Amino acid sequence: MLGQLPILSAITFLPALGAVAILLLRALMRSEEGAVLDRNAKGIALFVTLFVFALSLVMLVEFDAGQAGFQFVESLPWLPALGISYKMGVDGISVLFVVLTAFLLPICILSSWKLEKRVADYMAAFLLLETLVIGVFCALDMFLFYIFFEGSLIPMFLIIGVWGGQNRIYAAFKFFLYTFLGSVLMLAAMIVMFTQVGTTDIEVLLAHPFARDLQTWLWLAFFASFAVKMPMWPVHTWLPDAHVQAPTAGSVILAGILLKLGGYGFLRFSIPMFPNASEFFAPMVFVLSIIAIVVTSLIAFRQTDIKKLIAYSSVAHMGFVTLGIFTMTELGVQGAIFQMLSHGVISAALFLCIGVIYDRFHTREISFYGGLVHKMPVYAAVFGLFAMANVGLPGTSGFIGEIMTMTGAFQVDPRVAAGAALGVIFSAVYMLVAYKKVVFGVITNPKLETATDLNAREWINLGVLAVLAVYFGFFSTPITDTTRASVDQLIQQYQSAQPVEAPVAATAAPAETAAH
Amino acid sequence: MTVSTLLADLQLLTPELVLAVGAMALLLIGVYTKGEAKAAQRIMTLATALLVVTAGLSVWMAQGPGGTAFHGAFVLDSFAMYAKTVVYLAGAVALVLAGQYLRAEQLARFEYPVLVTLAVLGMSFMVSANDLITLYLGLELQSLALYVLAAFNRDSLRASEAGLKYFVLGALSSGLLLYGASLVYGFSGSTSFDAIAVAAAEGSQNLGLVFGLVFVVAGLAFKISAAPFHMWTPDVYEGAPTPVAAFFATAPKLAAMVLLARVLMEPFGPMTEQWQQITMVMAVLSMAFGSFGALMQSNIKRLMGYSSIGNMGYVLVGLSAGTALGLWSVLFYMTLYVIGVAGAFAVILSMRRSEGMVERIEDLAGLSQTRPALAWSMTALMFSIGGMPFMIGFFGKLFVFYAAVQAGLIWLVILAVIFSTISIAYYLRVIKVIWFDEPSGDFLPAPTGAAIISRIAALIAVSMPVVGIIIALVVNAGAGIGG
Repeated sequence: MLGQLPILSAITFLPALGAVAILLLRALMRSEEGAVLDRNAKGIALFVTLFVFALSLVMLVEFDAGQAGFQFVESLPWLPALGISYKMGVDGISVLFVVLTAFLLPICILSSWKLEKRVADYMAAFLLLETLVIGVFCALDMFLFYIFFEGSLIPMFLIIGVWGGQNRIYAAFKFFLYTFLGSVLMLAAMIVMFTQVGTTDIEVLLAHPFARDLQTWLWLAFFASFAVKMPMWPVHTWLPDAHVQAPTAGSVILAGILLKLGGYGFLRFSIPMFPNASEFFAPMVFVLSIIAIVVTSLIAFRQTDIKKLIAYSSVAHMGFVTLGIFTMTELGVQGAIFQMLSHGVISAALFLCIGVIYDRFHTREISFYGGLVHKMPVYAAVFGLFAMANVGLPGTSGFIGEIMTMTGAFQVDPRVAAGAALGVIFSAVYMLVAYKKVVFGVITNPKLETATDLNAREWINLGVLAVLAVYFGFFSTPITDTTRASVDQLIQQYQSAQPVEAPVAATAAPAETAAH
Repeated sequence: MTVSTLLADLQLLTPELVLAVGAMALLLIGVYTKGEAKAAQRIMTLATALLVVTAGLSVWMAQGPGGTAFHGAFVLDSFAMYAKTVVYLAGAVALVLAGQYLRAEQLARFEYPVLVTLAVLGMSFMVSANDLITLYLGLELQSLALYVLAAFNRDSLRASEAGLKYFVLGALSSGLLLYGASLVYGFSGSTSFDAIAVAAAEGSQNLGLVFGLVFVVAGLAFKISAAPFHMWTPDVYEGAPTPVAAFFATAPKLAAMVLLARVLMEPFGPMTEQWQQITMVMAVLSMAFGSFGALMQSNIKRLMGYSSIGNMGYVLVGLSAGTALGLWSVLFYMTLYVIGVAGAFAVILSMRRSEGMVERIEDLAGLSQTRPALAWSMTALMFSIGGMPFMIGFFGKLFVFYAAVQAGLIWLVILAVIFSTISIAYYLRVIKVIWFDEPSGDFLPAPTGAAIISRIAALIAVSMPVVGIIIALVVNAGAGIGG
C-alpha cells in the first residue's frame, strides 16, 4: 500500500510546481538564451506530465475497485471560520478522470513540440491547467471543488487568447464569461448549502437530505454551471468558437477533459445531493439532450470548417452523456462515464488529426483538402479509425458508450432512446461525408502535392490513442469494473431518496412483478 | 480628571500621540533642512519609518486589554487595533510608492509625507471614534489633509480640478454628516455612541433618529465612495497624482468603512432593520455603477476608481447582514482589497516610458512579453480584485456572500454574483491587453519601491494559506464589537 503518502496532493500539485520552475527559470535566464529556455521549458513540462501520469497509474493500481467510498483521503483543516478544509479523495467515478487527465497532458505537450511563440508561458499555462483540473476531480470539499473548477478558466483563457487563431479574443472572452456566469450561480447555491448544513465536506453533504423545494433551486443553480460546461443545448455556443480558435493542444484539453467537468459535476453534486429535483427535471434534461444530439448533428453537417464540425460533434456526444446520467439506471450511468472517457480519447485524437493537417497547410477549410489518402496513407488510416470511432462503429470505444447509454435510456423511456438513435445516424452522415471530402478523391489542390505523412511524434500520439480506442471497444470491463461499486451506490442512494413517489411505486410494483 | 486618569487615557492614545508629535517634528525638520529636494527625501524616509514604528506600536498594544478614554469618547478595542495596524501599514506603503514618482514629476516637497501622516492620524481617530464629536474630528482631520493631497500637483489643471471637486463634494458630505449628527444628538440627548445605542433601542421607530441616521450614513457613504455618492471617485483618481490615488484607494477607504461599520453596529445596532434598507440599496447601486461604469474606461486609474465603487458595493453586501459574521467579512474583504489595490497601483506606477508616465490601459499592451514578472503580478492582482478563485480576493467575496446568505439576503447575493460576472469582464480586458496584444513599447525599469510592492502583493494574492492567517486576525478583531 501507499500508506500515508499524500499521492493525490502529489498528483495535483506537481504540475503547478513544474510551472513555477519554468517561470523561475525564465526569470533567471537572460533573454538572449530564448532557444535554450524554450527547450528546457518543453523538457520540464514533458517530464513533469509523464511523471504525474506514472503516479496516476500507481494510484490506479492501488485503487480498490470493490469499495464504493472515497479512497486515498487526505484531510487538513484550512479555514475553520468558513468551514473550508483541504480534503482530497477519489472514488470509482473520479479516479479514471484523474488518469485520463494525466494521460492526455503529455500528449498535449508533445503535440505542441514545434511551438515557437512564448513557449515558457505556454508550458506553464498547461501545467497550471493540469493542476486545476486534477484538483477538480480530487476535491472532497465543496469550496475547494469550486476553487479548482473556476480557477481552470484562467489558464484556458490565456491559452485560447494568446496562442489561438484569428478571432481568438472574442472566443476567449465568450468562453470565460459564459462559464463564469454559470459558475457564480453555483457558488451562491453552495453558500446556501453551507448555511443549511454547516459544513462544506462533500462526504457529509452527500448524506444530507435537503428539503424538496430547496433542492429545486439548488439543482437549477448547479445546472446553470454544469450545463454550460458540458455544454448542453442551448448554451453550447461558446464551444465551437473556443474550439476553432484554440491551438490544437488547447482543443484537446478542452474536448478531452474540460467538457467532462460538467458531467462529473452532475454525478458528484446534482444527482446524489438533489435526487428529488433530479428526478423532477430528468424529462427536461432528456429533451435538451435529444435536441443537442439531433440539432447539433445537423449543424455539424453544414460546417465548412472541420474543427467546428468536430466541436459540434462533441456537443452531440455530450448529449449522450447527460442522457445516460439522468436515466439513473446502472447501464445509463455506467455508459455515460464510459462515453465521457471514450470521448476524451476519440475527440482528443480527432483534434490531433486536424492539428496534423493544420500544421502542414494552415487551414481548416474542408474544401481546401481532398485526396489526402494519396499523399498521407498512414494519416488517412488513422484519421479513418477515429472518424469511425466517433460515429460509434462497433469495435471502437465510441460504440460501447453509445449503446450503453441508449439501452439505459430505453429502460426508462423508449422514445428517448429512439431520439438518441437518430443522432447516431446523423453522426455517421456528417462524419463520413467530411472524411470523404478530406481524404478521398483525387487531389485537385496543387498545394497538397507536397504533403508529408505522419512524423514520429504524431505517430506516437495518435498510435497510443488508437490503441486505447480499439482496446476499450473490445474490452470495456476494465473501466466498468472500476466504476461499478461507486455507481451502484450512487443509484441506490438516488432511489432511496424518492419517498414522494412511494405510493405510486407501491401500486405500480405488484403489477410489474405480475407481468413478469 | 486627575493626573493619573489622564495618564491612563493618554496611554491608550500612544500611537496617535506618536503620530501627532511626529508630524509636527517632521514639519519642523523640513522647514530647517536646507534644500528642498534634500528635505523632501529626508522627511519621506522619516515619515515612512514613523508609520512603520507606529504600526509596530499598535501591534504591541493589541496585546493589552484596550479600553475607553476621555469619558468614552475614544475607544480602543480589538476592532480598532486591527484597523489601525492596517491603516498605518497602508500609509507606509503609500509613501514608499510615492517617493520616486514625486521626484520624477518635480513634485518632491516635504509637505507630502507630513500630510499623509496627518491624514493617517485622522483615520486613526476615526476607527477609534466612540462619540459623534470624535467621529467628526477624525473625519475632518483626514479629509482636510486629503483635499490638499488631491491638489498636490497644483500646476496641473486636472489635479486642481480633482482637488476642487473633491473638496466641494467633501464639504457637502461633511455638512450632511453634521446635520445628521445634530439630529441624532437632538433626539437621543447625547453624542456618545453608548447613549445613542440606548436611545435607539428604546425608540427604534423614532423618526428623528432615523432621519439623523440617514444623513450620517450619507455623509460616510461619500467617504467610501458608495453609490449614489460616488461621482467624485473616477475624476479624483484620474486627476490626482498616481501615488495620491493609490493612497486614496487604500487607507482612507478602510478607515471610513470601519467607521461606518462601527456606527451602524454600535450606536445604531438596535435599528438594524432601518439601516439595512439603506445599505442594501447602496450595495446594489454601487455594484451596478461600478461594474457598468468601468466597462468603457480607457484610463487605468479611472478603471480602478470604478472598480473601487463596485468593490465597496460587495463590502456593503456583507455589512447589510448586520451580524458579527458580516462585520468580519467587511474587515476581511477590506484587508484583501487594500492589499490588491496597493499592488495594482504599484504596477500602475511602474508604467513609465522615456516620455513620462502613461496611464491608458492600452499602454500595458504586450506586457507579458516585455516585462513578464510585472505581467504575472498584474494578472494575479486583477483576478484577485475581481474575486476569481485561486486568488485570495475570492475568499473575500465568499465570506461576504456567506454573511449575507446567513442573514437571509439571498436575492442580494444573487444580484451580487451577477454583477461580479459583469465586473470580471473589465478585469479580463486588462488581462487581455497584457497577454493577447502585441507590445507597443517597453517601459523603463520600475521604481524599486513599486517593483517590490507589486511583487509582494501579487505573491500574497496567490498564496492561499495567507487567507487562514488573515481570517484568524479578523475574527479576533471583530470580537470587539457588534453582535
